[in-house]
Amino acid sequence: MREVLLVAAKDLRIELRSRVLLFQVAPFAVATLVLLGFALDADRSALRHFSAGLFWVAVLLTALLAAQRSVAVEHAGRAADALLLSATGPARIFAGKALALAAQLAALELLLGVAMVVLYDARIEHFGLAVASAAAATVGIAAAGTLYGVLAAPLGVRETLLPVLLLPVFAPVLIGATRAFGDALGTAAVNGWAWFGLLGLFALVYAVFGALAYGPLLEAET
Amino acid sequence: MESAVWLRDAVCCRGGFPALAGVDLDVAEGEILLLRGPNGAGKTTLLRLLAGLATLDGGRGTVLGCDLQSDRRALRPHVGLLGHDLMLYEDLTVGENLRFFAALAGASGAEVRGALERLEVASRLHDVSLRRLSAGQRKRVATAVLALRRPRLWLLDEPHAGLDESGRGAVNRLVRDAAGSGATVVLASHEAPAAAEVATRTVHLAGGVAVSRDAEGASPPAEVPDA
Repeated sequence: MREVLLVAAKDLRIELRSRVLLFQVAPFAVATLVLLGFALDADRSALRHFSAGLFWVAVLLTALLAAQRSVAVEHAGRAADALLLSATGPARIFAGKALALAAQLAALELLLGVAMVVLYDARIEHFGLAVASAAAATVGIAAAGTLYGVLAAPLGVRETLLPVLLLPVFAPVLIGATRAFGDALGTAAVNGWAWFGLLGLFALVYAVFGALAYGPLLEAET
Repeated sequence: MESAVWLRDAVCCRGGFPALAGVDLDVAEGEILLLRGPNGAGKTTLLRLLAGLATLDGGRGTVLGCDLQSDRRALRPHVGLLGHDLMLYEDLTVGENLRFFAALAGASGAEVRGALERLEVASRLHDVSLRRLSAGQRKRVATAVLALRRPRLWLLDEPHAGLDESGRGAVNRLVRDAAGSGATVVLASHEAPAAAEVATRTVHLAGGVAVSRDAEGASPPAEVPDA
């Protein structure tokens, strides 16, 4: 656990120092939400009705940037080699990097949540469901993003390949999180907790699969 | 004397090209071996192979008793590699880089300070981002990180490049101390005078093969895996 936290803290410290998350990713996230609002012609009732889906589209597009960034910090200067040469197991490296990515996504979701309330006039009716489904979706996105990031890392075209690989993988998260959030916001008559279950399953599958597959994929990067 | 490195007909391909095309090499424990050869001779690939970071595509080899075909992961924690890429985080400060790698290696704060002093990295630089340092200063920091790991096998790719006179001296002192404490050092360098000061033997590589080596090599390890 100590090494997981070390790797996670290192990634978060890099983001604090570089300010890429603050000055590039966060403005992109808000701009996405604003543009999606423009696409619906600023019809406030429509915006409110579709706010759950628009929120998660913005989160997933933002997650692509954050996942790219998570790969790039290890790729620059071959820092991943230093992790391989340490006694740290690849599953712990995966967990640390996924944890850091999840923390960054959680911060971005908080920002987008505030923007959604302000811009779309959304109101959260079931706070517990909203938080639980966001947490499960975030873990799933972070695990899948970390795994597919290292898969695309050795390829020279990773900047364009990673979104092509990740967006189809994110589709179940988009569907599940939109439904769960729709229930939490009172804009969809569905059982949000059932969709939360799907999100939890997605997170579990990618967390386990990532811990197992990260090592061989990191080896391929060398 | 036991072999730290034992290679027979080692082949290593990079992108389908045989960067090493049948290398035989013995390095005894505590030895300081200098690899020389023109660009593209395979020096960097050989160092990455010995670090367990490149795959052995043909031939046989053991490093520190670990088979390069089947046991690369067990080897890595005992190896320190200083490559062309310094394997550090550019956005972190000198101190943050050192503390992170020291924590992974289980090194103490005193060891961090000791490594920085030995590499003559000024304390005023500790809070400076790595990307703001000169190439020579970065090389010193990367060498300090390597020293913190206390490896049994030091693999140094152009360790003197970009360093001033005092930096070269500091690296050579570190290499001598490492060998003196029983570690083995393999260094590749085009800086012949600086490298020759510390090397106990020289091997020339050309076209992915060792074209000359001392007849007095180390004896093969007690257990050599079957081909």
